[in-house]
Amino acid sequence: MNNLLLLPILIPLLTAVILIFLNRFTIASRWVSALSLLSTVFVSVLLFQKVRADGIQTLNLGNWEAPFGITLVSDMLSALLVLTTSVIAFACCLYSFRAIGEEREKFYYYSILQFLIVGINGAFTTGDIFNLFVFFEVMLMSSYVLLVLGGTKAQLRESVKYILVNIISSSLFVITVAYLYSVVGTLNMAHISTRIAEVGQPGILTVIAILFLIVFGLKGAIFPLYFWLPGSYYAPPTPVLALFGALLTKVGVYSIMRTYTLFFPHDPGYTHELLGVLAVITIIVGIIGALAYWDIKKIIIYNIIVAVGVILFGVSVNTTESLTGAIFYLIHDMLIKAALFLLVGVVITITGTSNLKKISGLIKNYPLLGWMFLLAALALAGIPPLSGFVGKLLIIKSGFGAEAYWGAGIVLMSSLLVLFSVMKIFINGFWGIHRTYEKEEKAPVSWLLISPAILVIISVLYGVGAELVYPYILEAAETLANPSTYINAVMKE
Amino acid sequence: MEIVMAFVVGIIFMAATYLMLSKSLLRIIIGTGLLSHGTHLLVLTMGGLKNGAAPLLGEHAAQYNDPLPQALILTAIVIAFGVTSFFLVLAYRAYQELGTDNMDRLRGTKINE
Repeated sequence: MNNLLLLPILIPLLTAVILIFLNRFTIASRWVSALSLLSTVFVSVLLFQKVRADGIQTLNLGNWEAPFGITLVSDMLSALLVLTTSVIAFACCLYSFRAIGEEREKFYYYSILQFLIVGINGAFTTGDIFNLFVFFEVMLMSSYVLLVLGGTKAQLRESVKYILVNIISSSLFVITVAYLYSVVGTLNMAHISTRIAEVGQPGILTVIAILFLIVFGLKGAIFPLYFWLPGSYYAPPTPVLALFGALLTKVGVYSIMRTYTLFFPHDPGYTHELLGVLAVITIIVGIIGALAYWDIKKIIIYNIIVAVGVILFGVSVNTTESLTGAIFYLIHDMLIKAALFLLVGVVITITGTSNLKKISGLIKNYPLLGWMFLLAALALAGIPPLSGFVGKLLIIKSGFGAEAYWGAGIVLMSSLLVLFSVMKIFINGFWGIHRTYEKEEKAPVSWLLISPAILVIISVLYGVGAELVYPYILEAAETLANPSTYINAVMKE
Repeated sequence: MEIVMAFVVGIIFMAATYLMLSKSLLRIIIGTGLLSHGTHLLVLTMGGLKNGAAPLLGEHAAQYNDPLPQALILTAIVIAFGVTSFFLVLAYRAYQELGTDNMDRLRGTKINE
C-alpha cells in the first residue's frame, strides 16, 4: 500500500479542475499548468525510486482487497512510462506557451492537457482491466477536445473520423471485457492471469486475445488499423501533435504488451505469431508512407507507425531480451518523437509551410535547430551511441535468436529507410540555398527551442548512459516475462 | 433467455453497423448510440441472467445476482452518454463550418481545402 502511486494521476486531475476556473487569466494558467506538470515529474521520480528500492508497489482503492476492488499497480515498466509521460507533457506544455495561441489558451487548452495526462498516467498505472477502459476514455475524451480545439475546417473534418473510429474501438473494448469477464469471472488483471493459467487458455480465450489486439491495435495504429492516424494527426497544432504522436499510440502499445505477456502467454504459436506478422507489415507500410511524402509533418507521422511496428515485433518474439529491447525502444521513441514533432513545429513556425520543397537553407540562420534535428534524426534511426541503437540491437538480436529471420531482417532494413526519410528533411530543409520567409521575424524561435532541447538532451543521455539505465529496463522486462512477480505483488498470498 | 438476448444484441449490432456505413453523419451518430446500447445489453447478458436476490450482506437468499456487470454498464452508459453528446455538438459545428453532413464530401487530408 502506497499512496504515492495515485499522485501522478491526482495532481494533474486537481490542476485541471483549478485551471477551468483560471481560463481568463492566460499567464496564471500557463504557470500553474507548468508547475503542476513539474511536480508530476518530481512525484514520478519519487515513485520510480520507490519501485527501484522496494519492488512492485500496489494500492487498493478504498481499501477493498485485491481481486474485488480496483487496484493500482506500479511495476518498473509503468513507473518508467509514467515518468517519461510526465517529462514529455512538461516539455510540450512549455512549448505551448508561445505556440498554441491565446484563443486556444482561453478555451481551456491547459485544463484539457492535464486531463489527457490523467488518462495516460492512469492507463499506465491501473491493474484493473475495466479501469483501464475508463482511463482510456478519459484520455480519448481529452484527445477529442484537443484535436478539435480551434475549430478550423480540417480539424472538424478529421475529428469526426477520429471520434467515430475511437467510439467503435471503445465499444469493442467493453465487449471484449464482457467476454473475458464471463469466462474468468474477474476484472483484476493479476487475478485474470492466474485464472487463465488455471484453465490453460482454451480457444475462446485466444479469440478474446485477438479481440484485445484489435481494440489496442486501433489505438496503437498497427496494420491494418492505422488508416485513421495520418489524417487525424495532421490536423491539430504542433504541441498537440507532439503529445498525440509521443503518447497516445504508445498507450495502445503498452496495453498490448501488458495483456499479451500477462494474460495470453499460453498459445504464442497463434497469438504472438499473428502479432509478429502484423508488426512486420506495420513497419513496411509505415516506411512506404514515410518515404512517399514531401511534407515534413507527414514523414514524421508515418515514422510513428514504423516505431509501433518495431516495438510490437519485439513483444511478439516474447523473450526477456526482446522485451527489454521493446521497452528500451518504447521509451526512446516517446522521447524522440516528441522532440522531432516539436522541432518540425519550429521549422513550420519559421517557414509557414510544411512542404519540404518550399524549405531550404535553414541551417544558416538557425544552426542550433539544425544540429538538434540532426541529432534527433540519427537517434530515431538508431545510430550508435544514440538512444535508438540499444533497443533496436536487442530486438534484432533476439529476433535472430528466435529464428524470426524475416522479421528481424526487415527491422534492420527499416532503420536504413527511416534514416533516409528523416535525412531527406535535413538535406533538403537545412542545407541548400538560404531563403527568407514572411513570418520569420515574428517566430519566437529561442523560446520554442527550449522544450525540444530538453527532450533531445534526455534522449542523448538515455542513449549514452544505456549502461546505467539497462538494469531498470531489464527489471521491467523480467516482470513482463515472469508474470508471477506481478501476480504475487498484487494478490499478496 | 441468454440465447434470446444473443439474438437481440446481434440484431442491434446489425442495425448499428448498417447505420454507421451510411453517408449521413446524423445516421452514423445514431448508429454509434445503438452500438453502445448493444454493448451494454451484451455486458448484462455476460453476467448471467437469473431471478436472484439483491447482493446485500445479511440477506438469506438461495442465490444472488452478480452486481458487477451492472456497475460496469452504469459506468459505460455515462461514458457513452458523454461521448454521444460531444459527437452531436461536433457534428452540428462541423455542419455549420463545412456546410455538409455527407461523409463523401468530408474526404481528404489537405489543410486548405
